[in-house]
Amino acid sequence: MKFDDEPVPGYSLPILPGHVSPGRLERVLRAGKFAITTELDPPDSADPAEVLKRAAIFDGYVDAINATDGSGANCHMSSVGVCSLLTRVGYATILQISCRDRNRIAIQGEILGAAAMGACNLLCLTGDGVQAGDHPQAKPVFDLDSMSLLEIARTMRDDCRFQSGRQITVPPRIFLGAAENPFVPPLDWRPHRLAKKIAAGAQFIQTQYCFDVPRLKDFMLKVNDLGLLEGPDRVFILPGIGPLASARSARWIRENVPGVHIPDNVITRLEGASNQKEEGKQLCMDILHQIREIPGVSGAHLMAYRQEHTVADIIEQTGVLEGRVPWYPGRDNPADLNPESPDALQGTLEQNP
Amino acid sequence: MYRVRRWVVRHARFFERIYHAFEPMLVRLAPLFSRLGYERIEAPVKAVEKGVKGLLFDCQMCGQCALSATGMSCPMNCPKSLRNGPCGGVRANGHCEVKPEMRCVWVEGWEGSLRMKHGNLIHAVQQPVDFRLKDSSSWLRVVRQQVDQAREQGQNGGAE
Repeated sequence: MKFDDEPVPGYSLPILPGHVSPGRLERVLRAGKFAITTELDPPDSADPAEVLKRAAIFDGYVDAINATDGSGANCHMSSVGVCSLLTRVGYATILQISCRDRNRIAIQGEILGAAAMGACNLLCLTGDGVQAGDHPQAKPVFDLDSMSLLEIARTMRDDCRFQSGRQITVPPRIFLGAAENPFVPPLDWRPHRLAKKIAAGAQFIQTQYCFDVPRLKDFMLKVNDLGLLEGPDRVFILPGIGPLASARSARWIRENVPGVHIPDNVITRLEGASNQKEEGKQLCMDILHQIREIPGVSGAHLMAYRQEHTVADIIEQTGVLEGRVPWYPGRDNPADLNPESPDALQGTLEQNP
Repeated sequence: MYRVRRWVVRHARFFERIYHAFEPMLVRLAPLFSRLGYERIEAPVKAVEKGVKGLLFDCQMCGQCALSATGMSCPMNCPKSLRNGPCGGVRANGHCEVKPEMRCVWVEGWEGSLRMKHGNLIHAVQQPVDFRLKDSSSWLRVVRQQVDQAREQGQNGGAE
């Protein structure tokens, strides 16, 4: 998909009336297309080529790439680092900021820095507890929560002010997102909590993994009843989905990863299959088909941790993009850029002084 | 104490009523506080507040009490100190991701808010904590705010 006013694909777009960001994700969502986002597993390395290689797997299948921020409280390359590398070659990125590791001074500075590097989308997260990761001895910061982070980011963008009230000369033009988990208690509060996030500034939502479609349907009905899917402040909801590798790994995730709800029938289905990995992928595709039919769902967030190569298949076989090919570096002119070549970065630096 | 604070949340409506009676009483004492000097009474009032709220709510003396908007469940007992509702890590049994033996402070808070008359305050977005106010009396702050507000309204009324 190429926009008419996109002379050099991958560069910042003009901001249309009613839009807040120069990014492609907001364009795709507001144009009413079924958007696909995915998650890049950041490397434990300082090698930029590794980041570009990991992004290239998704070429042509995703509208934006989330760069996780110490997901599961494990240490990896930073989100702002990954986003900066990716935006330099034109990818649409979603910067993730978790409140676990930084206070409000660091976070606001990071929002400005990331926006200056071309990040157009920000996902505001509370963050997993430090006990879940590889540094359980670390100090949990949690100066803000996801709600106050959203409000501060919106104030920076719309009122050009830091939380302190001090003026920002050029505000960060960012499309604001938040996470929601419709699958864990207190279930009856979750739709109202979503309303609260929207009041705080959320414009798009990526949910935790959905393995329980009826529960998602129920949530969406209530969200619709609350009127959150219409009007100028409407929210775009992208449920999280992903392939499970086996019944054993599904059980492990259920026990050990905070907030992932996997019903018994999913595990039974995987157990009964001759090829559990293939069945996991098939299950993911079935769920994608089902959520696409739920009124108010604007896309899907595909998290295929350590199975990133399956993303292309899942999108291709389900046909959810309806023939649309999201832009990626070198799509229109393969000679432009080859992200796998080590010269790619140097090249963009020269093109984007 | 964990058991006491859970008992309080089960009786959130009762404690809401108590607070609604207690607050005007405190505000009526404002002239006395003012005569004694807020700085001088800060320490003793703080000690009483800490004793009472510590026993009932496991209060952490953040200095900006939000109990009336959190279903009478103190949000500072959340290991992530979330002030605006539960994170996405709540366990299927309603317990905390970080402390599995503890019920989620916000699952409790939601239940408490459903029992309260003004429970819908839980839907309002709470500002992040001002860490300068930690270990100060929230009661005295409320009194001063109310008095200031009344004075401002009085002045505005006089001008009209």
